[in-house]
Amino acid sequence: MKQFLTFVRKEFAHVLRDRKTLLILFGMPVVQILIFGFALTSEVKNSRVLIVDNANDAASQQLLTKIEASQYFEVDRSVMSPLQMEAAFREGEIKMAIVFPANFNEDLLHQNQAHVQIVTDASDPNTATSLTNYVSSIIQDYQASLNQTLSVPLRILPETRFIYNPQLKGVYNYVPGVMALVLMLVCVMMTAVSIVREKETGTMEVLLVSPFKPVLVILSKAVPYLILSLVNVGTILLMSIFVLDLPVAGNLLLLLAESTLFIITCLTLGIFISIKTSSQQVAMLISLMGMLLPTMLFSGFMFPIENMPVPLQIISNIVPSKWYYLIVKAVMIKGLGFSAIWKETLILAGMTLFLFVISLKNFKIRLA
Amino acid sequence: MEAVVVNALSKTYGQGATRAVDNVSFAVSKGELFGLIGPDGAGKTSIFRMLTTVLLPDGGSAAVDGLDIVKDYKEIRNRVGYMPGKFSLYPDLSIEENLNFFATVFNTTVEENYDLIKDIYVQIEPFKKRRAGKLSGGMKQKLALCCALIHKPSVLFLDEPTTGVDPVSRKEFWEMLRRLKEQNITIVVSTPYMDEATLCDRIALIQNGKILSIDTPANVVASYPDTLYALRSEPMFALLQAVEHYPHTRNSYAFGEYMHASFTDGVGEDEVKNYLREQGIAAVEMKKTTPTIEDCFINKLKN
Amino acid sequence: MTETVIKTDKLTKRFGDFIATNGITFEVHKGEIFGFLGANGAGKTTAMRMLCGLSKPSSGSAQVAGFDVYKQTEQIKRNIGYMSQKFSLYEDLTVVENIRFFGGIYGLSNADIKTKSESLLAQLGMESEAKKLVGSLPLGWKQKLSFSVAVLHRPKIVFLDEPTGGVDPVTRRQFWNLIYAAAQDGITIFVTTHYMDEAEYCNRISIMVDGKIEALDTPRALKQRYNTTTMDDVFYQLARGAKRSE
Repeated sequence: MKQFLTFVRKEFAHVLRDRKTLLILFGMPVVQILIFGFALTSEVKNSRVLIVDNANDAASQQLLTKIEASQYFEVDRSVMSPLQMEAAFREGEIKMAIVFPANFNEDLLHQNQAHVQIVTDASDPNTATSLTNYVSSIIQDYQASLNQTLSVPLRILPETRFIYNPQLKGVYNYVPGVMALVLMLVCVMMTAVSIVREKETGTMEVLLVSPFKPVLVILSKAVPYLILSLVNVGTILLMSIFVLDLPVAGNLLLLLAESTLFIITCLTLGIFISIKTSSQQVAMLISLMGMLLPTMLFSGFMFPIENMPVPLQIISNIVPSKWYYLIVKAVMIKGLGFSAIWKETLILAGMTLFLFVISLKNFKIRLA
Repeated sequence: MEAVVVNALSKTYGQGATRAVDNVSFAVSKGELFGLIGPDGAGKTSIFRMLTTVLLPDGGSAAVDGLDIVKDYKEIRNRVGYMPGKFSLYPDLSIEENLNFFATVFNTTVEENYDLIKDIYVQIEPFKKRRAGKLSGGMKQKLALCCALIHKPSVLFLDEPTTGVDPVSRKEFWEMLRRLKEQNITIVVSTPYMDEATLCDRIALIQNGKILSIDTPANVVASYPDTLYALRSEPMFALLQAVEHYPHTRNSYAFGEYMHASFTDGVGEDEVKNYLREQGIAAVEMKKTTPTIEDCFINKLKN
Repeated sequence: MTETVIKTDKLTKRFGDFIATNGITFEVHKGEIFGFLGANGAGKTTAMRMLCGLSKPSSGSAQVAGFDVYKQTEQIKRNIGYMSQKFSLYEDLTVVENIRFFGGIYGLSNADIKTKSESLLAQLGMESEAKKLVGSLPLGWKQKLSFSVAVLHRPKIVFLDEPTGGVDPVTRRQFWNLIYAAAQDGITIFVTTHYMDEAEYCNRISIMVDGKIEALDTPRALKQRYNTTTMDDVFYQLARGAKRSE
């Protein structure tokens, strides 16, 4: 046991003395949260809006003038068929379309209510919500000004529809995403690289020729990164609560416990990579290309998995971060309890066990 | 009892590629300072790795302290000290931390065996807070030796400890080894520097995975088959070429300030000088000389 | 009077408070084999870098191949060759590809490269290895090839940084034969080594201790001055008192 502790102390010395890496490790979650939270917050100004005015009557004209007056929109008036409109959305030419029905004014006067269709591209949820809210408030303003002089109130009913991402996923999804990303990076890459470094410098050779159990050499490497990662989880949660006003809806202890499980999954993955490689460069490349990229692509926080082709959806299942991402979203944002995530937890635990067993099997007590 | 017994040990890397170690056998007695002398790529490191149990042999067997290198690898790892070719220290840990770390790994403390490393450690102790990465080659080498010795190993394996180290540090290092030998530690050391061979009790000359000869340095020298001459003239290059083209030359090569040459039987100083005079090289200094290990090595390589 | 190809005067390099190379003054003549010895950390590498135009001196002056080390580093680089034990050739290129590459960066014409590589391979007896990867060759061959490539563009001076470390004694001598042949052709050789017998092959040697040149003469004269029979002893007597190491 004393040997193990000495080893862990040594690992801490390695981590703490490498100032630059340390700075990156602790700075990274902060920077990522800030980037995702603010820098990527959608710029609503000058969004191109298509207006299809099938009515072309007094009421629609008045409302249009109000919308055009806003600095947020760049209005494009043209009559388009629904098909053309869809193409324009797909090409990214427009962010929003406002469609007036043919008898807008008539409906308003005779039936006391009229509909306006508002279609928004929600692939960028932040922008989509802001745009929709803005247009709705302009319509409400207009409605209020009409009703000032009337005894029977008129109602304009906006029919809002989001396309591409109807549930507006992604608004806060990046917080769980960043957590998965950071943990993946710290645990997988740093662990793998630090073990392989001992192989490269030849110290592994000396350690092998010692009574110290080689398995412990590797386990002791994992301890500092476990602690480092928990600190990172704490940082991200604090930032999310105090900077982004996104509190933890569910049980904090549950969230921490699940994070620890995911950290251990990542550590075993890092250890497995280190067993299979013999140069720091290769270890780094495998971690980046093989782990980080899939986390971004397949965990669902950047690209909705439901929209992917089926083979990719299937592949996404073997990416551990996907399951962790689901867990964090459930606990942190939806406030659900363990009963909602036991399946995901079981999958992660299973993956960890599997990685641990194949690592043990592949572990070599000799050089070649 | 023998400290190390190696019996027909072989190792091949890759499929049917070059044999790094080819049927090597030797034995090292307890308390002996045994040298594996040979250039890079001769197979020295592979032999060391097999004896320290980190590499499995393809053929043959070996025992360290009476323990089999394949079966009893765990016990061997408890007993031997090993300094691999690259000085294996943690550059970001200080001298003190490195030493304490290796002591703990080997289940001991620095205090317990301090007398063993004292002579060496006092030389680097003034810098004990300095990180190993900032030490000079000579100091790193001393620290690595301390780390390899800290658990009082019965056999010490040193793989090219003096490569790339300047002559002064090399000399100091060999003096340290001599003092360790007095403490009755068996030492197996490898080096590409032929001049270091004479400092060993016995040596094995090794090239291309094969052992050329094993004996005491004195016997290796005594078994040199020919009379060896040292020659000198200005300019040396002309002399070298002239002797090389002399039909009765067996071996000829530059050797420090002189060149060394041996000739076929019956050819002596006079014949050679006459030939050289014909070639226009008159002022030649020529004398018999005692072969060195390097001469013996060259002779074995050429035949 | 022989031509001087390297001339330094009080050449100094400071790194902060540390004086790596402390006012060294010496001359090297055309076609000379000049041994540049010193303990680890004595300042050899720093001095060599300045002479190759890779590092700017702090003070003093030096001309290499007639060019100033402060201002004319580009001309210096065009007139020298360099080979070290650590980096010499690309292991993942073939012998011929390496020759073509290094010939190319020194601006040799394709025809020139072709004739030169043929004669080079013939000289080394490596015609059958021409298409092999350099990584698959034995160390000794690599070193010989690497030297030949370093002098391919007929530089005035070639700098060799521990060229023979770890090479077997026979190959080492073949290597020195190449050096001798190059020197006969008028190429000046500037070489560092840890093998003291190799120091004897040099026309003159300098021994650096703690940043200064403590001795500079022919091997024979040095041995006489220090009253000993081996260069090893000369070196030991001089370097034993060294205060610093890398």
